[in-house]
Amino acid sequence: MEKEENKTDGNDILKDVTGNDYKYGFVSDIDTHVIAKGLNEEVVRYISNIKGEPEWLLQFRLDAYRHWLTLKMPTWAHLDIPNIDYQAISYYAAPKNKDDSPKSMEEVDPELRKTFDKLGISLEEQMRISGIAVDAVMDSVSVKTTYRDKLAELGVIFCSFSEAVKDYPDLVRKYLGKVVSYRDNFFAALNSAVFSDGSFVYIPKGVRCPMELSTYFRINAANTGQFERTLIVADDDAYVSYLEGCTAPMRDENQLHAAIVEIIVEDRAEVKYSTVQNWYPGDKNGKGGIYNFVTKRGLCRGDFSKLSWTQVETGSAITWKYPSCVLSGDNSVGEFYSVAVTNNYQQADTGTKMIHIGKNTKSTIVSKGISAGHSQNSYRGMVKVVPKAANCRNYTQCDSLLLSSTSGAHTFPYIDVQNDTAIVEHEATTSKINEEQIFYCNQRGIPTEDAIGLIVNGYAKEVMNKLPMEFAVEAQKLLQVTLEGSVG
Amino acid sequence: MLDIKNLHANIDGKEILKGINLVVRPGEVHAIMGPNGSGKSTLSSVLAGNPAFTVTAGTVDFYGKDLLALSPEDRSHEGVFLSFQYPVEIPGVSMVNFMRAAINEKRKYFNEDPLSATEFLKLMREKRAIVELDNKLASRSVNEGFSGGEKKRNEIFQMAVLEPRLSILDETDSGLDIDALRIVAGGVNKLKTENNATIVITHYQRLLDYIKPDFVHVLYKGKIVKTGGPELALELEEKGYDWIKQEEDAR
Repeated sequence: MEKEENKTDGNDILKDVTGNDYKYGFVSDIDTHVIAKGLNEEVVRYISNIKGEPEWLLQFRLDAYRHWLTLKMPTWAHLDIPNIDYQAISYYAAPKNKDDSPKSMEEVDPELRKTFDKLGISLEEQMRISGIAVDAVMDSVSVKTTYRDKLAELGVIFCSFSEAVKDYPDLVRKYLGKVVSYRDNFFAALNSAVFSDGSFVYIPKGVRCPMELSTYFRINAANTGQFERTLIVADDDAYVSYLEGCTAPMRDENQLHAAIVEIIVEDRAEVKYSTVQNWYPGDKNGKGGIYNFVTKRGLCRGDFSKLSWTQVETGSAITWKYPSCVLSGDNSVGEFYSVAVTNNYQQADTGTKMIHIGKNTKSTIVSKGISAGHSQNSYRGMVKVVPKAANCRNYTQCDSLLLSSTSGAHTFPYIDVQNDTAIVEHEATTSKINEEQIFYCNQRGIPTEDAIGLIVNGYAKEVMNKLPMEFAVEAQKLLQVTLEGSVG
Repeated sequence: MLDIKNLHANIDGKEILKGINLVVRPGEVHAIMGPNGSGKSTLSSVLAGNPAFTVTAGTVDFYGKDLLALSPEDRSHEGVFLSFQYPVEIPGVSMVNFMRAAINEKRKYFNEDPLSATEFLKLMREKRAIVELDNKLASRSVNEGFSGGEKKRNEIFQMAVLEPRLSILDETDSGLDIDALRIVAGGVNKLKTENNATIVITHYQRLLDYIKPDFVHVLYKGKIVKTGGPELALELEEKGYDWIKQEEDAR
């Protein structure tokens, strides 16, 4: 593992905070098409028009926009969010070569390829070595989709959202907004009005998707909001594992990101959704960084269906995110495994909702929060069992690890059980990283930075183990890199 | 190899070591005995570089290097090993990963390439045998859920892997039953060569039946007040520390 040279005298371990420079902080020089700042009906129509969308989708956007106008930003999270001027944001940006999108790697903009190389996720490598089909999203338009032909043989659809609207309008129309309505919340309404692009996945009946589907997101245009929209449908007896990972270049101005992920899981189908989120967190003084306000929800509609969320959250200045499961099918299963790391002045309010509606539904929540520097890290979770949901089970484990005495860890569990056959368990711990553990590692020759990486990865192991292999190594490095400079 | 001169150290402003002088040569075994609170564990912590302690005076020369100027990890690379009295648990970190990190850091220090997975596993297997540590323990998290005896065996196992030039065994006998004591001491003896040295910190003569010291030092109130051969340990076993305390306090 690489480490920064960072010698300390060891006496003030765990006290001082000297942030580490963001490793992925660079700006690619790609010609980007950006529309004027501000949001109004004309902008919504412009976006819909430039994408050549059908009338019903324009109507969906307009309804969402009009609803959004009636809403205010939520204030219940344990977050200190600066005032956001939604008229100072540009709502659409697309790489300029979108009209003649590349047919092979050679046609991909060399700057763009370089950017991916810097991130260590070159498409060639991804394609050659890992066998992952990559739908790379740069700013707002999908640039490259791979392996689609191979997937098509199985009837698997994996494409950009815009393409799905053109090629599979009936499917999109059938499922769009069915899990996360534009009425759901402020950010959901905003996304529904102006969403730019994203991924669409459809796994037909009985198909086990043979490879992990992966999308790398990257925000790359200055002062441009990014509004991804992802829709995943697993039909009866289908299976898919979906990976989402992201990094963003360093910026002074805050960037707003309000994504929606909707997942529908039919009878006996299973979806695993894994995220490694490493957007620019701001500098060590809390300047800049991404605002990440995401609505992710899955509907386990089918009997015996299963949805598993795994997230490793290390980036963003502010995170507001609660990947949730609505367990409406009988015997359906929801899982949420989360590691959320905050350093310097980052703030995270993240968790999940498990809504038990069907009989014999089960849910598991394992949340590991790690707070360093002056950061605030909150777990917020809801377990709800409705009156007719008999024999439900939930197990929640919620741990917090503090790396500094100036950081905060908070837990807000909401438990609402309306059926007395339910068994709901909640365990929670808070601990501070132990100087004896660090010295023990030092004595065996392991420097403090690496020791913290080891200890933190050990603490988060239960969640890290849930990540697909392709992500695990990257995520382990990420935990360590994120916390570099957080002690000493 | 090790030359400690007039070493003073304190913790939270309280002086614990008040002028330690000690010379250790390759091939030697030194026992440091003494009543509770005399500074035995502090001495081992200070030598290993525990940041909780502050050195206020004195020098420590280790093979010509100023040991006190080195970071704890560099002291480890230079060959100082501390077998902890209370080995700490690190949940979720497997012994295998932990040892691989340790050994590869050492190799990096000496500009050597990391061990391959095969070489590393072979090394683990060899060294495990020295303290009869079974494979299951080696694949568990560091010290987590280990019994007292297993923790101490695990310390000696790590010592075997890292091949230190100076091993400091801090009350390695505490909490051990007689069988575990024999295994641990046997491990230490197997690792002994004429090029390395051992400092054994203990309350009791018992351990010294298995690990034969060349010198026995008595530490009292932060100073070495008496030095002798193995017979001194036997005398202490028989007479206790009171006579030394009285002698010393009378001064």
